[in-house]
Amino acid sequence: MKKTVLRKPKGFIDVYKYKPGAEKDRTHYCPGCGHGILHKLIAEALEDLDLVDETILISPVGCSVFAYYYFDTGNFQAAHGRAPAVATAASRANPDKVVISYQGDGDLAAIGGNNILQAANRGENIAVFFVNNAIYGMTGGQMAPTTLEGQVTTTTPYGRNVDTDGYPIKMCEVLSQLTAPTYVERVSLHDAPHIRKARNAVRKALQNAKERKGFQFIEVLSSCPSGWKMDPVKSMEWIKEKMLPLYPLGVYRDKGEDAKITKRPVPVMEPAAVWEKLGISAEKDVDFPRGDVADEYKKMSIRVAGFGGQGIMVTGQALASVALEYGYNVSWLPSYGPEMRGGTANCSVNIQDGTIGAAEAVKPSMLLAMNRPSLEKFEGSVMPGGTLLYNSTLIDIKPERTDIKVFAVPITGIADDELGNIRVQSLVNIGAYAAITGMFRVEDVITLLPKLFKGRKQAIIDLNAKAVKAGFNYVKDNF
Amino acid sequence: MARMLMKGNYAAVYGAAMAGCTAYYGYPITPASEVAESAAALFPKLGRTFVQAESEVSAINMVYGAAGSGQRVMTGSSGPGISLKMEGISYCAGAALPCVIVDIMRGGPGLGNIGPEQSDYNQVVKGGGHGNYRNIVLAPNCCQEMCDYTMLAFELADKYRTPVFVLTDGVIGQMMESVTIPEPVKELPDKSDYAVFGTPLNKNLVNSIYIDHDDLEWWNMELLKKYQVIEENEVMFEEYMMDDAEIVVIGYGSVSRVLRTAVDNARANGVKLGLFRPITLFPFPGKEIAALPARGVKHILTVELSTGQMVDDVNLALSGVIKSDLYFRLGGNVPSADEITDKISELYGEVK
Repeated sequence: MKKTVLRKPKGFIDVYKYKPGAEKDRTHYCPGCGHGILHKLIAEALEDLDLVDETILISPVGCSVFAYYYFDTGNFQAAHGRAPAVATAASRANPDKVVISYQGDGDLAAIGGNNILQAANRGENIAVFFVNNAIYGMTGGQMAPTTLEGQVTTTTPYGRNVDTDGYPIKMCEVLSQLTAPTYVERVSLHDAPHIRKARNAVRKALQNAKERKGFQFIEVLSSCPSGWKMDPVKSMEWIKEKMLPLYPLGVYRDKGEDAKITKRPVPVMEPAAVWEKLGISAEKDVDFPRGDVADEYKKMSIRVAGFGGQGIMVTGQALASVALEYGYNVSWLPSYGPEMRGGTANCSVNIQDGTIGAAEAVKPSMLLAMNRPSLEKFEGSVMPGGTLLYNSTLIDIKPERTDIKVFAVPITGIADDELGNIRVQSLVNIGAYAAITGMFRVEDVITLLPKLFKGRKQAIIDLNAKAVKAGFNYVKDNF
Repeated sequence: MARMLMKGNYAAVYGAAMAGCTAYYGYPITPASEVAESAAALFPKLGRTFVQAESEVSAINMVYGAAGSGQRVMTGSSGPGISLKMEGISYCAGAALPCVIVDIMRGGPGLGNIGPEQSDYNQVVKGGGHGNYRNIVLAPNCCQEMCDYTMLAFELADKYRTPVFVLTDGVIGQMMESVTIPEPVKELPDKSDYAVFGTPLNKNLVNSIYIDHDDLEWWNMELLKKYQVIEENEVMFEEYMMDDAEIVVIGYGSVSRVLRTAVDNARANGVKLGLFRPITLFPFPGKEIAALPARGVKHILTVELSTGQMVDDVNLALSGVIKSDLYFRLGGNVPSADEITDKISELYGEVK
């Protein structure tokens, strides 16, 4: 004769050590509550599937906030509604573990509604057990998103009115609209045959989780005698009569053999491999030797200004990038404000030895003005004795300042007419800058072009080189 | 070739990658989006996790999950997003989980604008969420520091099992400078005493609940002791031209750079102006500021991109011996060095 042994499943901690008080052998749940039944189904399944030592369980906020008292797994307690987010990260960190998000209806379908939806939509490799008892138990019987129409709760004292409180939300139906979930089923705990079906669903979800088959979702219709203010027997009848018609049981999604196996990469941590993967070489940076730079150009604070499309930002970044290769400290700051989207653009570049202070070239030692509004706006700001380089193709007025050096260079003309490509204006600028300051050698700039314009075709690189030379030569020939 | 020209927002992520951060969870927001974008670009190359979360709230709770799993983990955002993250940061502090949060401050309140401000100081430096907790807060003022201090943030986070902020503004986040990438860490700390791995020998619990009143009081006292140790040991600050300074400007982050230029300009005119720059905002260098009057400092001007948040800590430190004046700009406006020296002339009549 087969002997039945009644004992606690090994999925539970033997003595509930985390539970305060003297009663460390029983749960905190009320008599007739469905949580205890579902806990037992999960604990048995963990034991039978050999998962007790391979599982991480996330406890929610609600009556099952203390689920971690009981399960002999790794345990997290999460903020209200956020268990799927915590589970997402726990699963990503431990891709070979079973991660369970255990949640109630307020937690999952109200405050955490988007968390569960998005975790499901990402197909996170987690198993979610969702206890739907149509009420907030822990806080004392308030309306849940799953509360039935007309149901009296402490926050629907006249019964849930769908006109003001909305309709009961059906999570299995909602989540089964998504592509990613592997397995979605609704079960009930109201009598022994249904508990057996629930047991099967729990096992299937955890078996799938063990095989890393993505997102598992089991909704469990469950009793709350305390919240419903009924005795346990009546509660079971209430599930059958009131909840089942609204929340039909059954499988809403089962991908079966088509379920994808979740694969996650192994992080690269070895220092040399990290640098190699990011294209960082351990070789020491070798600076270009510097040429003779006049004192006035040794500490540059440059404003580059023009309209969008003139390569203003690129000019600034190229100045900084090239100067960096001579071992200067550099900074580049884009104009930062509404004008970013408004057509005009400017940026500040600092090139110097030693620590760079203010990043914005409020009183630039050089202004590079590419259009008339920029000249008008910034000419006055140039430091006395500073330098103005302006685009004489587009600027038909003469600068007013007489206390600064002025270089009128037809930048757009050189790019467009001479080189046939208006997009190389920024390189003409670099050439002109090199000629004025003596800070860069043209050959060095040309050497750097493939690095500055990574991935561009050789023809573009060659054109850019011509542009640098053209800018350089114009200044050398005319000033 | 470890030297590169990059934005501050990128530099923070390089620092994280070198610190052995294996997971980034974030949500896009200007001017911090490049933090998420660079993590999205770099982390997959290293087989590390990048997830664009559905919300700021979700992102910080993913950080909680990753930190509790023993990972070095980071998120990034700006004011409105940081406000949303506060709940999760409180949980991280309550569960003693290490994590790094980069805050690229923008203008507020409300949606404000995307210009640089320093108006998250109070919510970040004082804790921000519910409960008695503090965050360690590092305030870089250049791209190299964005990289280095993010790396340091991970060390401090693990050393004290606490959230660490890298707090800066849109100027530092958006500007580009040369950054020399440090060598990756060789070894990561063992976290098996608290992290949840789900193995036979590891049945840890990550939790911030202490139901019993005495237990929660005890836990708060433990946290308090931790913050006191941090205040003893981790204060960082920078001084510039302070030896003979009679007037001192105090500012952090991008403001400190403008102040440095102002000091240079003032010194060129013979004015004994010095710069005191807090690098850690919690722990705040209060003792060092309190010592300034005894060092011969007659006037202190705190400069902020807020209506005066840090200045409260400055004046608390000075305890009425002298009182710091305040100069600020708002809404995305940044003061120029001339504005600072003009203000000093106006207040103290010594700078021309």
